[in-house]
Amino acid sequence: MMQWETVIGLEIHAQLSTRSKIFSGSATTFGAEPNTQASLIDLGMPGVLPVLNENAVRMACMFGLAIDAEIGERNVFARKNYFYPDLPKGYQTSQMDHPIVGKGHLDITLEDGTVKRIGITRAHLEEDAGKSLHEDFHGMTGIDLNRAGTPLLEIVSEPDIRSAKEAVAYVKAIHALVRYLGICDGNMAEGSLRCDCNVSVRPKGQAAFGTRAEIKNVNSFRFIEKAINHEIQRQIDLLEDGGQVVQETRLYDPNKDETRSMRSKEEANDYRYFPCPDLLPVVIERSYLERLRAELPELPTQKRERFEREFGLSAYDASVLSASRELADYFEQVQQTCGDAKLAANWVMGELSSLLNKDGLEIDQSPVSAEQLGGLILRIKDDTISGKIAKMVFEALANGEGDSADAIIESKGLKQVTDSGAIEAMLDEVLAANAAQVEQYRASDEAKRGKMFGFFVGQAMKASKGKANPGQVNQLLKKKLEG
Amino acid sequence: MHQLSLAEIARGLNERQFSAEELTRGLLDRITRLDPQINSFITVTEELALAQARAADARRAAGESGALLGAPIAHKDLFCTKGIRTSCGSKMLDNFAAPYDASVVEKLAAAGVVTLGKTNLDEFAMGSANESSHYGAVKNPWDLSRVPGGSSGGSAAAIAARLVPAATGTDTGGSIRQPAALTNLTGLKPTYGRVSRWGMIAYASSLDQGGPMARSAEDCALLLGSMAGFDPKDSTSVDQPLDDYLAALGRPLTGLRIGLPKEYFGEGLDPKIASAVLAVVEELKKLGATVKDISLPNTQHAIPSYYVIAPAEASSNLSRFDGVRFGYRCENPADLTDLYKRSRAEGFGDEVKRRIMVGTYALSAGYYDAYYIKAQQIRRLVKNDFVSAFEEVDVILGPTTPNLAWKLGEKNADPVSAYLEDIYTITANLAGIPGLSMPAGFIDGLPVGVQLLAPYFQEARLLNVAHQYQQVTDWHTRAPAGF
Repeated sequence: MMQWETVIGLEIHAQLSTRSKIFSGSATTFGAEPNTQASLIDLGMPGVLPVLNENAVRMACMFGLAIDAEIGERNVFARKNYFYPDLPKGYQTSQMDHPIVGKGHLDITLEDGTVKRIGITRAHLEEDAGKSLHEDFHGMTGIDLNRAGTPLLEIVSEPDIRSAKEAVAYVKAIHALVRYLGICDGNMAEGSLRCDCNVSVRPKGQAAFGTRAEIKNVNSFRFIEKAINHEIQRQIDLLEDGGQVVQETRLYDPNKDETRSMRSKEEANDYRYFPCPDLLPVVIERSYLERLRAELPELPTQKRERFEREFGLSAYDASVLSASRELADYFEQVQQTCGDAKLAANWVMGELSSLLNKDGLEIDQSPVSAEQLGGLILRIKDDTISGKIAKMVFEALANGEGDSADAIIESKGLKQVTDSGAIEAMLDEVLAANAAQVEQYRASDEAKRGKMFGFFVGQAMKASKGKANPGQVNQLLKKKLEG
Repeated sequence: MHQLSLAEIARGLNERQFSAEELTRGLLDRITRLDPQINSFITVTEELALAQARAADARRAAGESGALLGAPIAHKDLFCTKGIRTSCGSKMLDNFAAPYDASVVEKLAAAGVVTLGKTNLDEFAMGSANESSHYGAVKNPWDLSRVPGGSSGGSAAAIAARLVPAATGTDTGGSIRQPAALTNLTGLKPTYGRVSRWGMIAYASSLDQGGPMARSAEDCALLLGSMAGFDPKDSTSVDQPLDDYLAALGRPLTGLRIGLPKEYFGEGLDPKIASAVLAVVEELKKLGATVKDISLPNTQHAIPSYYVIAPAEASSNLSRFDGVRFGYRCENPADLTDLYKRSRAEGFGDEVKRRIMVGTYALSAGYYDAYYIKAQQIRRLVKNDFVSAFEEVDVILGPTTPNLAWKLGEKNADPVSAYLEDIYTITANLAGIPGLSMPAGFIDGLPVGVQLLAPYFQEARLLNVAHQYQQVTDWHTRAPAGF
């Protein structure tokens, strides 16, 4: 059977989190009543003119700097002409020949820990269109122009991506980056970050690309993976049945988990791009970029490297913890409180992550604060509680049973017993209650003893309700059994 | 009173010879009686005019004395006027009351002008005869069987017929200067960027410029002083201080270097117009000017270049007239495509459709480089011609039009012959320099215009030369018989 290779290129539309629109003073808040955030300019009234929002340019430049891209000195806005009811002017103001961000790249970490560099062809500024609302209007279409004119950064990757998993890793990396930069809220459900996937397949070893299909507007990491995998399979099936892939635009239907044709290349518009005569070219000076560069926050890659260097974390742990700015901040706060990066990393990636996953929460919604978790780890470190008890305390913190680990340890009497006299007394009782096993143990060889030792430890911990210091229990138990 | 200039009106109002209300009533009465012959107004705003006149009288009574306080004017009907129909001479906008005032309208209103109404024009300012208006052709008061020129033909005819002393116009390829020439007026197209385009419904954004039309250079200076200036709502508006246009009028012309481009006196020019223009030159020499023959070698390419660039921009600018949000919508559209097709087919006239089609073609894939890019290259050459010429001369002088006002309907069958009438005016729009047309005498009872061109932002120089000429001649004071 033929071996197929997948080639994927992504176009990501990131809504920039400017307060006002790219060419008008209207607010950009999501979810307002239809058409309440649409000014004369957004409505495309006769005679109105656009004025560029400088902040959108600044954000695009920040992105460009973060991906090591060339940033054009002279930027030109162009009109992309087509008719659609939610496109009020009959053209979208975008960029064509002179995108603000030129060639750059972004490194992604794959599941096996290897790092892959994905080329970014360009990123350009453009205005978003409005929304057509097909429900609720009895055979008619409602138009909401609140979104019209929201600034978008369209980030176009090179066809460097080879699988749906890589695609997701890349989108996640972009997602993290724009959030680190504070230029996009990354809310995919609200459409703040949307993805068009260009997918093609070719026989392994073939240099030329196969014919691609573009899947429009996929809006979650999970759907990106599913849509691409579905599309890869569709194309392979088609080719293996002797058919041909048609260049077209397809839509992913998450309910049916399939893509379906939207329009073919023949039906595609001739957008008649030309420079927008209402906007002057934007000249970006080197000094402006240098100032911006100096103001850039620490980026995911830099943070990951610092976590490895400063805290001695593994590459994998460092990359997980730096995946989002909020998670990284949380981790660093825990680390600062407890002074132990490895324990902090284990707890954040272990107990905390599974708690958040279970309840479907984001890190900034965590019921356990970084200070609380740090305080808990401190008590593990100073042997106040064992790791096992710590998990109980953590759960209690998550349930709001106390303000701090200390308070919970105190109120529940969970303080670890380290008084060897008390432990010995407790062990004596345990051994007395299991006299038969003790005899058996003493009669056994070394290998058998090893297995049986666990039994006594278990009994001892049970008797102490988990509070006995496990190290001391081990040590004293051994002495008593063999002594 | 209807013969008074803006300057004389200001004096009369100041000396309480008459009130703004009396003046306004007198002119409104003339419009009612005389305009049916020439059809220069689309909308007469009687109520607004009387309210503004009374307000102006009150402000004068309170001690104010602005030069335009109480001065009656009219606006070309493509400047948006809040709550008042702004039709662009098109069926498409017959039902459109603009929701806002154009910056020019706002500035003049603040100066205290009285708006008598909205003047007729070629549909969307596309034409040189004012015959393409949905509201019917405008007739030239000097000969009612002839055209007044266009596209600001309504403003021109209204001023020439003494229905209003001054009006706003717009000039994309000669639309102020050519009708001024054909109706014995002074009209100024300022430097591109000198007058705000906010609220001036776009024909070709990179060429459109609003300007004053009146019977004298002095009145144009008065009006320009209140129309012009930087507007943050128009990105192509230039932030440069205004000259004192009135103060500059009195400068002597001693040493003024006039350039006569040989290309403006060649084939196609009515020889009688040529002699009238040379007579103006003689008069200016007497005032101290020197004359030099110059060359603008790329003049011959200007018309083809213009008739690519202007329609290209128009094809995009006019896309917003789609029947969705405002303006004409066809009856019972079957679907979206039908709505677009019929609304635009029924709402636009032939000349507009012709230019939309030409422009769409010029921007289409495969033709863009050959037409649009080439036209922009020519545009640069035309501009360079002027830049070099102005190293040697202060103003360039020539005929405004190659022919006198033609008969209504004469050029309807051959649009290109009408396009050729713009040969001397179009270059100033392509280069962005200011140009002025002033009366230069009569041939067979029809007015002749002479055009003056100056370097960027030298409007004051143009008005100065025209004013000095008008101090020693009386062509500009002559009124058509019956008006």
